[in-house]
Amino acid sequence: MTRNLITPVQNTWCPGCGNFAIQHTLKDVLSDLENEGKSLDDVVLVSGIGCHAKIADYLNINSVYAIHGRTVPVATGIKLANPRLTVVCCAGDGDAYAEGLDHLIFAAKRNVDITIIVHDNRVYGLTTGQYTPTSPLGFRGKSTPAGTTEYPFNPLELMLASGATYIARGYTKKMPQLTQLLRQGIIHKGFAFIDVLQICASFFNMTEYYGQRVYDLTNHNTGDFTKACAKVREWDYNRDTPIALGVFYEQTLPTFDDRNPVRDLPADERLHRIHDFFEVSK
Amino acid sequence: MKEVSVIVGGKAGDGINNAGAIIAQILNHLGYYVYIYTDYPSLIRGGHNFALIRAADIPVGAHNNRIDYLVALNQETINLHFPQCPDCTVVANADLVKSVHNGQTVSINTILKEETAPPITANSAMIGAFAKSAGIPWEIVSEVFRLHMPKAEENSRVARRAYDQIRTTRPISAIPGPAHSLLSGNEAIGLGLVAGGLSSYIAYPMTPASTILHFLAGNAERFGITVIHPENEIAVILMALGSAVAGAKTAIGTSGGGFCLMTEGLSFAAMAEIPIVIVVSQRTGPSTGLPTYTGQADLQFVLHAGQGEFPRFIVAPADPGEAYLWSAAAIRLSWKYQIPAFVLTDKTLSEGTYSLDINQIGDLPAPDPILWDGDGPYQRYRDTPSGVSPLAFPGGKDAIVKVNSYAHDESGITTEEAQLVTQMTEKRRKKEAKLRDELNLYPCVNIRGSTGATTALLCWGSVRNACDEVAARLGLRVIQPVVLSPFPEQQFSVACKGVQHLIAVEENATGQLAALAREYGTSIGATILKYDGRPFTPDELFVKVQEVMAP
Repeated sequence: MTRNLITPVQNTWCPGCGNFAIQHTLKDVLSDLENEGKSLDDVVLVSGIGCHAKIADYLNINSVYAIHGRTVPVATGIKLANPRLTVVCCAGDGDAYAEGLDHLIFAAKRNVDITIIVHDNRVYGLTTGQYTPTSPLGFRGKSTPAGTTEYPFNPLELMLASGATYIARGYTKKMPQLTQLLRQGIIHKGFAFIDVLQICASFFNMTEYYGQRVYDLTNHNTGDFTKACAKVREWDYNRDTPIALGVFYEQTLPTFDDRNPVRDLPADERLHRIHDFFEVSK
Repeated sequence: MKEVSVIVGGKAGDGINNAGAIIAQILNHLGYYVYIYTDYPSLIRGGHNFALIRAADIPVGAHNNRIDYLVALNQETINLHFPQCPDCTVVANADLVKSVHNGQTVSINTILKEETAPPITANSAMIGAFAKSAGIPWEIVSEVFRLHMPKAEENSRVARRAYDQIRTTRPISAIPGPAHSLLSGNEAIGLGLVAGGLSSYIAYPMTPASTILHFLAGNAERFGITVIHPENEIAVILMALGSAVAGAKTAIGTSGGGFCLMTEGLSFAAMAEIPIVIVVSQRTGPSTGLPTYTGQADLQFVLHAGQGEFPRFIVAPADPGEAYLWSAAAIRLSWKYQIPAFVLTDKTLSEGTYSLDINQIGDLPAPDPILWDGDGPYQRYRDTPSGVSPLAFPGGKDAIVKVNSYAHDESGITTEEAQLVTQMTEKRRKKEAKLRDELNLYPCVNIRGSTGATTALLCWGSVRNACDEVAARLGLRVIQPVVLSPFPEQQFSVACKGVQHLIAVEENATGQLAALAREYGTSIGATILKYDGRPFTPDELFVKVQEVMAP
């Protein structure tokens, strides 16, 4: 079944919002995969809560519009229950890096075969403009009118340290590259992490800033952990340094879902074994 | 009633639970029904541990004040317990216990040296000594070792040495009858979940629920299930919900503190109509409280946890038979109605061990989930007369499954439209009405004891076992709601018919079941409450009931 991948639901993102780019990029990737023979019945999108998460209503595929910060454990549960499914999380930076950071680290540590796309606009949009874990020092938001008093952390560095086996950064104004990064991440067997720099048209428009600094990673050995470390540290989400885009690290390792296979036992055999257990407890 | 009680005590790390389990099995093979109560502090080594084994010619599920035998691995066991049971017969470790009144000692060190056996076999010496002191035939001891003791041969030799050194002073006579299965409440819950079709069990360790995790993890292959221990209880419930969305029957388990972390997930399950079974095993609170002691203070919490209003099924078994049956029912009802279902237990039931006969447990209905028939475009939240929407899972053909935590329409698309919000709220309410109807087919309220008596003990969970004994002695009725939500109003009023004096017995400080019953117009005559972390003993409860019954 070839389906229209966009639902008729009215879109309420602000004009110029970076979410449009991610939505359409993801749609194109899925559409290509379908043309190559993949059934989209086998794809599940899990979103958190925030502007990004409306993508669950807008894409006409299986979805779990979950709760704030909890995309990753939901996705992990889906993958464990049915490893045949392709599970993609769309999470916000507040979602993935604040409310649900523990889950992100553990998913990387487990190398569970899911993909997480972080819509990193470095501000809370839906709650009308507060700082996030990747906002630069001194960011003036509604909860920090005098500027934040803490540094951002570098999510790529964190993911590298935690064991993610695919680490990439994209930018919503570079859609052809983003398409490639998402596609590669979804195909990657293992935990794929893509931080997508996205401008927030209403509360943190970084178009000019990113335009002056982003560049494509070339001649970078993605299999070299040490080189990946150095490269992800080039920009720390705070200093005004060049910002590399592309795949920083990629590695193939056994996955959590492979190591925790679904077991199946007919109901009567189960009952038989329960009776056996009662017997040996005598 | 013919009964005998044995305490075996030592320091944490001595393997007191195992010693208790073997003594219980010996009494089991002697024809008795047994119950084991374990009392231990929240630490790994050191500190005092004891197991109390009560054996009787009828099923028992509570320990009592009277002790017949004291098996002491160390002096502290004597110091702590002997003053409470000056008539008991003592069997003690001569290496650590200097002298005993009314008892005998054996030197474990000497026996281990003679047998060149490792220190881990020390308990076997005490078991052998106890068995001979009680005049239990060696064949029974040897058979129990063969069946239930790892390295049976070596342990058996150690036990035999002690057995031969002791004289029989207080014989325990055999009772004709078969040995029963000995199961803990948590094992029964685990087995019930498996019987109900469990695919996955997900939990973060927390006493007194941890042994469900250990039991199911240790037997995952045997029962064909997946067991996962994630980073915290928030992940536990969310992972379980993901698993259920993909079609796997999934249960989780925790105690009060862990359940606090699960409440956002609970509310998500309710709005998104994702089936889940949550085992909450209560301990003494608030907060960390007494981690290894019991309590019944979380009923009102579990009844009301989670933002918003939604149906939930709560069952509180009193014994392993009920735990087995109702855990299976919790899975099935949770899936039929796509609602959260709770098995509410407590430390006493979870970690207590009881005699159980699988052929005597009985049966409950086993409804199936309602699945999508593949016709027309799939709507995850289709409004139906019962409020239950047929299920489809991602990966199924041509079903676009949209699950949503926001208020949503029948397709699962977010909505803020007033009429739709009202309709979908009522859709979820309809499920509760249907569930209430279906539960009329289940024995939701137990009426026990003298069923025509005008004075009744009202209780729930493990406390029922002590109530049963007191009721038998005083000729009282016992009313025990097993299902607590939706409250079985009809069955409860039938159970209360003719009662003039209703005495609520609970292990909490406020009378939480009493409060629930009052919401349904029940008049509670008196409450007997205990909140020191220790379960009621029948002797203690007997005195308190007499006090409140006195004119």
